[in-house]
Parts: sequence; C-alpha cells; structure tokens
Amino acid sequence: MTAPAILAEDLVKTFGDVEALKGVSFDVPTGTVLGLLGPNGAGKTTVVRILTTLLRPDRGRAEVLGVDVTEDPMGTRMSIGLAGQNAAVDENLSGRENLRLVGRLTHLPSAEIKRRSDALLEQFDLTRAEHRLVRTYSGGMRRRIDLAAALVHRPPVLFLDEPTSGLDPRSRTDLWGTIEALVDDGTTVLLTTQYLEEADRLADRIVVIDHGAVIADGTATELKGRLGSTVIEVGFGDPTNVARASEQLAPLGAISTEGHQLRLSVTDGAVAMLATVRVLDAAHLEPLTLALREPTLDDVFLSLTGHAAEEPTPGEDADATPAPGRRGRRTRTAGAGR
Amino acid sequence: MSAPSTTMPAPTSAVKVGKPRWFGDALTIAWRNVLNIRRNPELLVFSTIQPVIFVLMFTYVFGGAIRVPGVPYIDYLMPGIFVQTVVFGSLTTGVGLAEDLQTGLIDRFRSLPMARSAVLVGRTFADLLRNVFVVALMAVVGFLVGWRPNQSPLSILAGLGLVLAFSYSLSWLFAIVGLYARNSETAQAISFPIMAPLVFASSAFVPVSSMPGWLQTFAEHQPVSVVVDAVRGLTYNGSTPREVLAAVAWIVGIVAVCAPIAVTRYRRVV
Repeated sequence: MTAPAILAEDLVKTFGDVEALKGVSFDVPTGTVLGLLGPNGAGKTTVVRILTTLLRPDRGRAEVLGVDVTEDPMGTRMSIGLAGQNAAVDENLSGRENLRLVGRLTHLPSAEIKRRSDALLEQFDLTRAEHRLVRTYSGGMRRRIDLAAALVHRPPVLFLDEPTSGLDPRSRTDLWGTIEALVDDGTTVLLTTQYLEEADRLADRIVVIDHGAVIADGTATELKGRLGSTVIEVGFGDPTNVARASEQLAPLGAISTEGHQLRLSVTDGAVAMLATVRVLDAAHLEPLTLALREPTLDDVFLSLTGHAAEEPTPGEDADATPAPGRRGRRTRTAGAGR
Repeated sequence: MSAPSTTMPAPTSAVKVGKPRWFGDALTIAWRNVLNIRRNPELLVFSTIQPVIFVLMFTYVFGGAIRVPGVPYIDYLMPGIFVQTVVFGSLTTGVGLAEDLQTGLIDRFRSLPMARSAVLVGRTFADLLRNVFVVALMAVVGFLVGWRPNQSPLSILAGLGLVLAFSYSLSWLFAIVGLYARNSETAQAISFPIMAPLVFASSAFVPVSSMPGWLQTFAEHQPVSVVVDAVRGLTYNGSTPREVLAAVAWIVGIVAVCAPIAVTRYRRVV
C-alpha cells in the first residue's frame, strides 16, 4: 500500500494543434476504484490510452504498480487489463476462443487457460453461448465477453473505458455487480464514464475532467458537498419564465438551468424552499413542478462543466465530438457561492 | 454472477503472465486468422471465383486474339493467372489489418504482453496458408480447361512455390497499406492503383513485346513480370537459373524492405 497502483502526473498530449490533455494528474490507491468522469472528448480515453501503453504522452509521467508506462511498456502490459470502447474481441471467434486467444497471448499454461475460461464464462453467464461466434452475441453479451477477455490473465490493474455505454439498464446493473466483485478481490480499477450514477455507485474517488484538464477531484460525497446540501428544482411550462425566475432567485443560491428546468443549490432546504415560493409568487411566476431533493453528481457535473464551458477554450471543437445528451444540457450557471 | 469470484485467489497472484515469445505469439495470431478465414467461407469462395472467371475469359474470349509463338495460350496464361490471383489476394492482408485497427482489436493486442511483430507475422502466415489453398484450386481449374505443363513435377511445384513466396512478400507490402489506411475501404482504394498497373502492365496475360516501347522497359522488369516469366519457364519449356534468381531476388527484396517498415508502423500506429 506504499505506492499507488496507478499514477498520472501532469500528463500532456497534443494531437496536431489540439491539446487533448493539458496536465492531468491523479493517483489511484491499490484496491480502489477511480471514476474518470467527463463528457465526450474531455480526454478520458486519451488518459486510458496513455496508461495502457497505446499512446505516449508528450509530457508527464505515468506509472502502473510502480512501473513507468513509457519506459517499460512491456512490463506494464504484464499487469494490466483493458476493456471497453477501446479494446475489442474477435467477432469471428467464439466466446471461449476469444478467451483462449488472450490466454495464449499472455502466455498462461493451457491448463490454466482452460480453468480461467471456465470460471469466467460461468461468472459472466456465457457458458451456454461459449461456442457461438461473438458476432451473434447481443450487446450485453459482447460487453461481458469483452470484460472477461480483459480478465483472463488476472490483471491486478484494470482499465474500463466506458464499460456500460450503450447497455440497457439491466445489463448495466449486472456489469456493475461484476466490477464490484473484482474490486472485492483486490483489483484496482480505473473506470471512465459519462454516467454519474455509475461513478456514484462504483467509484471510491472521482476525477472530473473537461477539455483535457481536471476540474474536480474527490469522493462522490465531497463533490456533492461543494454544491450545498440541497437542490430545489423548479419546472416551468414556458422556458422564458426560467430566465426570469433565474434573475429573481439568484440571491438565494447557485442556479443552473436546463430547458424548462431550473436548479437552485442551497444550504438550508426548508427555509430556502419557503423563500423560493415567496419570490416566485411575488413575481407572478407559476411553476409546473417544485421539488426539494438531495444533490446528485449530475448537479455537480452540470455546474462544473457548465462553468468551464463559459470560458473560451481554444481547440475545443476538434477534440470534442459533441455528445448531444450531455453537452446540449448545460446552459448557464449563475450566482452565489462559487 | 459473482459467485465463483469468492473462490478465486486474489488477482495479485497474477505472476504467471509470461514474457513475449515472438514465434509462439505469431502462431497464436495465425491460428486466430485461419479461424477467421474458415468462419467466412464465402469470402474465400468469392476470392477464387474471380480468378476462375479470368481463366475462362482469357481462354475463350481474348485467347483467340492473343498469339504467343511456341506456346499454347492456356500454358502461357496459367502462370500469369496464378500470380495475378495472389497479387489481388494479398489485398486481404491490408484490408484485414485495417479492419482490426478499426474495431479496436489491435488495441487489445497492443495492450497485451505479446511480441510486437506477432500480429503481422501471424497474419501474413495465415494469408500464405489461404494462398496455398487458392493456388491449388486454380491449378485444378486450369487443368480442367486444358492447362498441360510439360516440365517435371518437381519443377512445376517449384513454380507454384515461387508464386506462394511472391504472395507472401506482397502481404508485407499491403500490410503497410492497411496500417496506414486504418479502415478497410481506404485500404482497398489505395491498393487498387498499386495493383492494377503491376498486374496488367506485365507479361501475365500478353507478351511484353506487344506493348509500346516506353512501357516495355517497365513491364519487362517489374516484379510481376519477372515472377510470371520464371514460373512460366518452370512449368513450360524450361527456365534459366537467371530468371528464377531474379524472381527470388524480388521476393527477398520486397520482404526485406516492407517487413521492417510494417513492424515499425505497427508499433507507432495510434
């Protein structure tokens, strides 16, 4: 437990004139999960590619289990597993053959490959499909065989690049359970995701990156704590009312808006709720919905990246493939406490 | 789902992961690629239909108009067809690599502690095996339409061996194309302009002497012609050692230049 399992120090990577990473640093203690959170094009995949020896950083240092990733890539590869959007399995091989492929390429004895394949196929509920070609698998099965392939050689450090993107909720929950079991066994995991729920559930610590820079770092609780203790959500039928309400409510706390919705982060929920009602009533603004709730990572994310988006960032476009779901949501943040 | 995990030893016991072995790793990749060929039999079938059509077309359509002194046209043609088939067939090396890059399979390989040359050595080896099958099939088709080589069986086998060796060298050339193209469509688009002049501005189908003078110099000395001429000699009317040596020199030269370039490119490709 002396050195961290994964260490990233001031990683810089430029593609052409696009700065994909502008000095990213973090570390992951052995046996814990780090959630790397950010919108598409934030630089998450670039970080993973550097740490898994697929890409050399322009500057900075990266270590896995104390081994320098750029100085000893082969040594690094001995102890890592990679799954997710970056790594694939062979569609024309069966599930079992794919596991054998990885087992052979990591030079395990054949008896061990067989044992590991049996166990993994069982664990990932693929035993009945083990002889079917992967091209006939469903999306969820593909992700499972992909993850299984990353585990054949029992890597102590696991990189999962958006492991559940595109999965249905049921498969996602299943995969979460699997990842939790791995961590219970002592595996260190770096997980990139766009889903806050996923980071909230799996990650011991969360690093939020946007435009190639770390914009927040902490536990889920810490990140939520930054936003005040409670969120008041006000929904309007008419978006123009959202803007008017924002002005009126600004003195009460930090505001972020999104379409017909307005979120107000406050410290004293009940009192702020009363104040909100009074302000809206006085301004003759009638909300459709009005709710008081605990803040989620979504709120943190919106306020953090929303803030970052307001600052002019050169080279943003080429780096970022806009994610309609995420990017389109942030509109503006205003107000107190930040 | 997680039940067996409790019985597994902690992952920190993962010390059995072995160091890269260039030959063993290449064999593993070759195994994987051969499985891929077997799982897509239609691809193999269609890649042999095209040369069969060429045999029939050149024999029955153009053959009557092409006169080669001292050789029945089918015996002149078959060595050209063999070589043409493996030239076009070597496209699959590049296209396959580009596909593996596209799907992210290469990324998985590059994150594993395997020999850096294995993906390329294994694939070119699997493609060589595929060509053994294709060439054998073409020989049968040729025989059915009247191909009658008049040299010793050993000499004929040497000729076919030369065709296969040439196909192996071209696999390395088109591996480079595939690694630069990064997707299969681009790989095909880049490859055709390289292949077409090599195959058609050659002695594969017609004697070079029938071409305009400025083209003859190129057509006579480019690798396809050199190999075709050597194979032609080895199967019909005898060859000189010089012809065979020239073909071998081209083959060795292409591998010696292209293999290091391809491996270097593979290490750097992002």
